[in-house]
Amino acid sequence: MVSGDPLIELDGVEKVFTVRRRAGRLRRTKHEVRAVDGISFRVPRGEMVGYIGPNGAGKSTTIKMLTGILVPSGGRLRVAGIDPARERTRLTRRIGVVFGQRTTLWWDLPLKDSYELVRRMYRVPDAVYRANLARCVELLDLAPLLDVPVRQLSLGQRMRGDIAAALLHDPEVLYLDEPTIGLDVVSKAKVRSFLREVNTERGTTVLLTTHDLTDIEQLCRRVMVIDHGRLVHDGDLAGLRAAADGERMLVVDLARELPPIEGVPGARTVKVEGPRQWLAFPATASAAPLVAAVADRYPLVDLSVREPDIEALIAELYAGGGAARRKPGDVDPGAP
Amino acid sequence: MVRAAPPLTRRTGLGDRAAAVRQGLSAYGLLVWMWVRATLAYRTSFLLMAFGNFAASGLDFVAILLMFSRIHALGGFSLPEVAFLYGTCSLALGLSDLLVGNLSRLGARIRDGTLDTLLLRPAPVFVQIAADRFALRRLGRTFQALLVLGWALGRIDVDWTVGRVLMVPLMAVCGTAIFGAVYTAGAAFQFWAQDAAELQNSLTYGGNALLQYPPTVFARDLVRGVTFIVPLAFVNWLPALWLLGRPDPLGLPGWVAFLGPAVAALMCAGAGLAWRRGVRAYRSTGS
Repeated sequence: MVSGDPLIELDGVEKVFTVRRRAGRLRRTKHEVRAVDGISFRVPRGEMVGYIGPNGAGKSTTIKMLTGILVPSGGRLRVAGIDPARERTRLTRRIGVVFGQRTTLWWDLPLKDSYELVRRMYRVPDAVYRANLARCVELLDLAPLLDVPVRQLSLGQRMRGDIAAALLHDPEVLYLDEPTIGLDVVSKAKVRSFLREVNTERGTTVLLTTHDLTDIEQLCRRVMVIDHGRLVHDGDLAGLRAAADGERMLVVDLARELPPIEGVPGARTVKVEGPRQWLAFPATASAAPLVAAVADRYPLVDLSVREPDIEALIAELYAGGGAARRKPGDVDPGAP
Repeated sequence: MVRAAPPLTRRTGLGDRAAAVRQGLSAYGLLVWMWVRATLAYRTSFLLMAFGNFAASGLDFVAILLMFSRIHALGGFSLPEVAFLYGTCSLALGLSDLLVGNLSRLGARIRDGTLDTLLLRPAPVFVQIAADRFALRRLGRTFQALLVLGWALGRIDVDWTVGRVLMVPLMAVCGTAIFGAVYTAGAAFQFWAQDAAELQNSLTYGGNALLQYPPTVFARDLVRGVTFIVPLAFVNWLPALWLLGRPDPLGLPGWVAFLGPAVAALMCAGAGLAWRRGVRAYRSTGS
């Protein structure tokens, strides 16, 4: 349930890093890098928002400012009414954070000892702790992992362990920085369904960054895109696709090598590799008539549809909505 | 940074500060207890590591024993007197290493980004790093230092007044605090220079190697350096000179021997300030 009051508020938030570079033997020149360049948005309580952008766009810097790890260079920022930079320790009890790239658990301790430390450090009441732990253990399949030292867990197991640790103290906000990075399909599905449960059942506000558009599709109604430190889109995913005028890719495997497919309305063949061919078509169009048209005239063996990846979407968004021709090299030539 | 960083903490009253210290200590205790439990789960491994630590630090003293098999006095100090110097500074270093020695890993934590995760928890970062991987095996050095100190105390020629007896534990406490301040300041420096752990090592382990010999065998300038610049001489040299009734090679007045607590307090305050500045600098630049 999404209610009116904003839990996360940003007004013109900036983060400027000063980078020193050598220029000559002793001289150093200073460069300013504007990692976050005037971002404003509001997230109401109970919403689940995707925060996406290419590498180095400023996603992680924003999250670090929202947790109080980094102090903004300018602008106003509030999380649950708290200024994170000034009252970081007070804020820690209200938020949960998961970094996909590194664990917040104690590396050498068994998982259950890490949870015990979290319980005592956050002073979680016994009943709350037991209920939350039981729920996480059940939904995330943690029971067989509780006695294993964190360093021995696989990436997917560790991620589930991390997500549970971030929720034991009943945070109002959960930040997830690439929670599905490097996970296999099963682990991804498990993590997604758990996050959906946390958001709908507990009303926890969730802000997640990702490179996997499927995360956004399955979890978030709203998606914000950041590039070069600026917010370039704030709306739903369909709106983003439309704004970007992106193209999807139909990959077909034919029975044998044939010349490029021709005469399919709304699609153009961009790449041929043996019996496999790549056809680009508008993201807003349906793939079904296309498949029918191809199957009608060619010996079709197998097919797959590829969504444009975030980098391509944003590149097109920046190109001003023009139908930027996708280079064949952009397409991952993996098996369909 | 172009503009000045805003003040990061609200003005707090004495009551708030006391509560914060209490919370910090309880977090420290909690983390230490967890690590000790984890260590003792592998008892044999722990005993071997502790013995290794004991033996490694004991080799220093074996070197001193070998020296005294050839000579009768070193810089005018007898073997029990040198053993007293050795025991007091080794004990102070052992205790501070046990309590806060892990701070020297700060640079590594900044480089691999794990410092961020500590900033997300409701306990002071200082406490979390100091207690992280609390290494009980370091008790090996402490235990070895206590053995040597006990042996020395039974043999040095001192007229044991109450004041002189009290001076021994006071030396241990002040020495631990002084070395602890060096560890803290060295760690704080790593916020700006992540590879600076060696500088701090040269002051702690290097200082220890220096302080276990009498000040009379070193050049005056070196003694001046460890008295006035990095006042490690207050760990054991200056109070020990008073205790053993020896003149100060620098000719300082006698009351200087009692400045240990004041020097320790000043160093801890300075190190604390440096640490706060370091955390602040980290948070406004990131890694």
